Amino acid sequence: MYRSHVLVCGGTGCTSSGSRAVIKKLEEEIVALGLSEEIQVVQTGCFGLCEMGPIMIVYPDGSCYSKVREEDIPEIASEHLLKGRPVERLLFVEMAEGEGIRSLNDTNFYRKQHRIALRNCGVINPEVIDEYIAYDGYMALGKVITEMAPGDVIQCIKDSGLRGRGGAGFPTGLKWGFASKYDADQKYVCCNADEGDPGAFMDRSVLEGDPHAVLEAMAIAGYAIGATQGYIYIRAEYPIAVKRLEIAIEQAREYGLLGKNILGTDFCFDLDLRLGAGAFVCGEETALMASIEGKRGEPRPRPPFPAEKGLMDRPTVLNNVETYANIPQIILNGADWFASMGTERSKGTKVFALGGKINNTGLVEVPMGTTLREIIEEIGGGIPNGKKFKAAQTGGPSGGCIPVEHIDTQIDYDNLVEIGSMMGSGGMIVMDEDNCMVDIAKFFLDFTVDESCGKCVPCRIGTKRMYEMLEKITSGRGELEDLDKLEKLCFHIKNNALCALGQTAPNPVLSTMRYFHDEYVAHVVEKRCPAGVCKALMSYHIGDLCIGCTACAKACPVDAISGVVKGKHTIDQSKCIKCGACMKACRFNAVTKG
Amino acid sequence: MKTLAELQAIRDKMQTQVGLRQDGEAKTRVVVGMATCGIAAGARPVLNAFAELVQQKGMTNVMVTQTGCIGLCQYEPIVEITAPGQDKVTYVKMDADKAREVVEQHLKRGVVIGKYTVNAEDVAK
Repeated sequence: MYRSHVLVCGGTGCTSSGSRAVIKKLEEEIVALGLSEEIQVVQTGCFGLCEMGPIMIVYPDGSCYSKVREEDIPEIASEHLLKGRPVERLLFVEMAEGEGIRSLNDTNFYRKQHRIALRNCGVINPEVIDEYIAYDGYMALGKVITEMAPGDVIQCIKDSGLRGRGGAGFPTGLKWGFASKYDADQKYVCCNADEGDPGAFMDRSVLEGDPHAVLEAMAIAGYAIGATQGYIYIRAEYPIAVKRLEIAIEQAREYGLLGKNILGTDFCFDLDLRLGAGAFVCGEETALMASIEGKRGEPRPRPPFPAEKGLMDRPTVLNNVETYANIPQIILNGADWFASMGTERSKGTKVFALGGKINNTGLVEVPMGTTLREIIEEIGGGIPNGKKFKAAQTGGPSGGCIPVEHIDTQIDYDNLVEIGSMMGSGGMIVMDEDNCMVDIAKFFLDFTVDESCGKCVPCRIGTKRMYEMLEKITSGRGELEDLDKLEKLCFHIKNNALCALGQTAPNPVLSTMRYFHDEYVAHVVEKRCPAGVCKALMSYHIGDLCIGCTACAKACPVDAISGVVKGKHTIDQSKCIKCGACMKACRFNAVTKG
Repeated sequence: MKTLAELQAIRDKMQTQVGLRQDGEAKTRVVVGMATCGIAAGARPVLNAFAELVQQKGMTNVMVTQTGCIGLCQYEPIVEITAPGQDKVTYVKMDADKAREVVEQHLKRGVVIGKYTVNAEDVAK
């Protein structure tokens, strides 16, 4: 029995900002103060506030420390843990604002969030199965195999309205229903943990913070469709998630929650991990299953869909991590509870990985139908440095951008498709006025060119040609007719590529052309990059504000700046490499770019 | 594990332990003075006794926490109990045995133990 629990985030974000050293120091200090019997240190999964990491919360009072450094620990231990006086200057800023200490749930970041998939992240120690059980873990599996028929389980998921969180949004219950109908000697349940969109990390966080929820849900899916074996396909770049999954599987087997005759019933189900080597295309379902089989990760045409002929040509259910994380809660709380949240055709909540030009970089889970404005301005804390919001990219390289005129759109599957983007797996990259939209499109194309598996021509060659056109435009060699060609090629690839990777690859280009056509025209006609990003289209100049302090000339790495002391300086454009060092060095705002 | 009942038993046991990880404003707060004066007078065993008993008995509506010096150093260890919507009760010169009594009488049955409170100690003189 401990009187206080200190929760420290052990997710990838906080681990990279130093939470391991914090935990070690904390444990040492607790021993030194003789508090080992009184205070328990718990390493948890992600709290979501990655920007402010490492995060540490002290219970029972719930004080939250942010950006905790090893050096701060002795003070926190002797003041707060021993004497009960929170060290206010180290608390998460918003908590200490105003009078008294606020609860974390009242802060702007958490107030509008509703955590279902992330409900245990940052609450339990993911490496201790008992802690998961304390929060009703495996109760849903127990309920399903002792009280419900497989058909009832599928009906419950159908009624809940849950749709696939991997991106396409296919109704999960329907998928399970199809797989249950086919007879086979063996069926499989697979989990797609091959999260690959640049900037997306919600699946990793779920696996790191609450791995048992995914195991439990997969066993439930196994019961529903009649499968006895499952595979989690996870990328090897997620070492913490892999380790915690291995521990979780081991513990679940030990408790008899995986394996033969689970909880004394006839139901048998076991799970194994399969590590992916990091190819983006392996997130595509047919390529993923080929990879599990040990073949090269390439997609194949559908139908037949995996529900009929999936892994080893057997009926297979394949869902994404976040989809599974919702399942136990739906079983325990009922389909109506889940369906009461969200919009008409998108139920429940969605986790977004907020990144880019935003103050609170991190992980947020909001009910479907929350507007982009609420996510960016309230939860995300707005754009840094007083810049203006320009657009948000959802769906990564398969999605599109949402411009400022659609900032009040309610986010759900259908609305996003309507405005030319897509839900995707949940990456949300925020861009401000300093981002060039042509450059953004080029960035994503660069990614798809790299990640195209090469099996079909439209994707292999088409994306490469698209990239070259964008390269031409951003380097100032573009012509108006290139824009028409580019658009034509986009539709051609969309209609002809073999799998979703190719079919969606043109989306970033199409959506930026739709909303930021002016920017494309400026690049092509005026040979100008309005955001000042494309180097070939801009130059630095020194204006009349120059007092001749020579700071810029000293900062210039290529000696392109000349001028006498106390006289106006000039930049030799033939030497300038456009690094911007002079602009940073100038304290008189004399350097401009354009 | 062979039955659902065994799983439920683990859950019930664990729930009392993780119960303190909840933010709760509607909880009864037991606050133990843990400044230097309190610790010197023996506040730590008092704090631990409260924390342990509350968890053992599964009293999830009670939160045990500490605070700094209240100012009445000669009456330490001091324990303040605040239930939602009720006046604060301040117990003075506490020890682990008295803490046990307070848990039984005050926290469980709602009966304030007058003889341990600050009012019985005639602070004014």
